[in-house]
Amino acid sequence: MKGLLDLIVGDPQADRVVPPTGVTARLTIFVSAVMAFLAIIALALSLSTGRVADRWAEELAQAATLRLPADPEQADAQLAKALEILETTPGVASTRALTNEEQQALLEPWFGTDLPLDTLPIPQLVEIIADEPAYDPEGLQARLTAEIPGVVLDDHATWRDPLLAAAGRVRLIGWAVILLIGASVAAMITLAAHASLAANAQVVRVLRLVGARDVYIARAFVRRYTLRAGLGAIAGVVLALIVLQILPDGGGFFAEVGFDGAGWIWPLMIPLLAAIVAFFATRAAAIARLREQT
Amino acid sequence: MIELDNVSYGHNGTALFSQLSLTLAPGSFQFLTGPSGAGKTTLLRLCYADLRAQKGKTRLFGQDASTLDRDGVAMSRRRIGVVHQDCQFIDHLSVAENIALPLTVAGRVSEAAGNLKELLSWVGLGPQSGRLPPELSGGERQRAALARAVIMSPDVIIADEPTGNVDWEMSQRLLSLLVELNRMGKTVLIATHDLNIIRSLKSDVDARVLRLKDGQLTTAGSVL
Ligand SMILES: Nc1ncnc2c1ncn2[C@@H]1O[C@H](COP(=O)(O)OP(=O)(O)OP(=O)(O)O)[C@@H](O)[C@H]1O
Ligand SMILES: [Mg+2]
Repeated sequence: MKGLLDLIVGDPQADRVVPPTGVTARLTIFVSAVMAFLAIIALALSLSTGRVADRWAEELAQAATLRLPADPEQADAQLAKALEILETTPGVASTRALTNEEQQALLEPWFGTDLPLDTLPIPQLVEIIADEPAYDPEGLQARLTAEIPGVVLDDHATWRDPLLAAAGRVRLIGWAVILLIGASVAAMITLAAHASLAANAQVVRVLRLVGARDVYIARAFVRRYTLRAGLGAIAGVVLALIVLQILPDGGGFFAEVGFDGAGWIWPLMIPLLAAIVAFFATRAAAIARLREQT
Repeated sequence: MIELDNVSYGHNGTALFSQLSLTLAPGSFQFLTGPSGAGKTTLLRLCYADLRAQKGKTRLFGQDASTLDRDGVAMSRRRIGVVHQDCQFIDHLSVAENIALPLTVAGRVSEAAGNLKELLSWVGLGPQSGRLPPELSGGERQRAALARAVIMSPDVIIADEPTGNVDWEMSQRLLSLLVELNRMGKTVLIATHDLNIIRSLKSDVDARVLRLKDGQLTTAGSVL
């Protein structure tokens, strides 16, 4: 911690021994800003995709659908029986038989608006909202089947599982993108640090001749690149957050994109991570370079 | 202080000298002469571990230079003030900052102020202290290099042609500084091919004159 503070506060005298290099400095800040920008966008997308998927999955998990056999003669009796069973089942919060209009609305995308529902044998649907703790779906199915042959309890597992899997994969891609961005920041800083050390070979030689230790020389470079990467990343993060704010609300989806709660740690962490990556990359480059000299 | 023991060295495979031995005793004063290209600068660079002996041993302050790590070399150099033949400055730092550099890198900046002013006026660089090294004349650069070499009050002072570009009066002034430091107990080694300088100092200091020629190091008192 003290080392880090020293690094940030710095020794102005020691800092001056390396001449300021305009173009490398600006490019480092620029690339760091761009990378941080991309990292924030990738994180926002993957975090919010995960969040949306989680919410859908949760809604699906709470609600189940009961489908009664399409038998016009016994429909009313079966519905009454089913509701009775459901009412006496622990873990069921509420049940509601869908009205004809609702069922028609569900079918509309497939059959159009002029479907004569009353003349067609359509299975009656019942919406079941689970309680906390929820009922046991297999036990309920068994009890229902005993009374009403052909009844189907759909707890939406077939929808939920692929949704969760997809959300997990999106998250994974998000992390992979962050890792790749981190690796390219490290590569870019290493290149820049090597270029800077080569351009300052005479300075490094004189410093060695008058008795400077490697850490002293390395620190002058490390401090610069750590600060540049950190400052660039802050600029990139701020820009990304602004862009996320003004993103058009594309049918509600983009309204979800962003950070919330603990997710806000990331916009704060990215500049820190960029600085840490720059610190180690520059230090490794400087030490490797200095070893080649007397 | 510094000891070369049967040392061999050659640039790019061609041997410059072999089995050469030299001991700089504490408080001693020696001149190193020899024709241009004989290897004087090379020999001095071995003495401050800028080059490593290809055979034989170099000892700095009792420690085998080949066993010193990079920090060890840095620490040894803080005890050796060097005037390089090509001066070696950091061109974007002012003359004063360059002269104070050994203190700066050793974390002893606070000691610089008093010493620095005195030294600058001694070497006659007071008015030039804020200028950059590339703006200095050859002689001014040598004076600045000498000031930098002695600012740490090092145990050993190694000077490679420190008076090559200055007039006779200034060279006497610079050398008298080295003689003064030698009287305070510092070990001094000066490489020069100007025998007049050696003669002029003969009465002031008990100096050994070494001659490097054809890879051989001989004591050359009789030559003068
Ligand atoms: N870095 C180097 N690479 C290759 N050859 C070198 C190098 N430095 C010196 N030499 C060669 O080694 C020989 C000795 O050089 P050195 O600089 O030690 O001579 P010197 O006695 O100091 O000469 P002068 O009096 O001109 O300064 C010369 O022939 C020179 O060309
Ligand atoms: Mg020479």
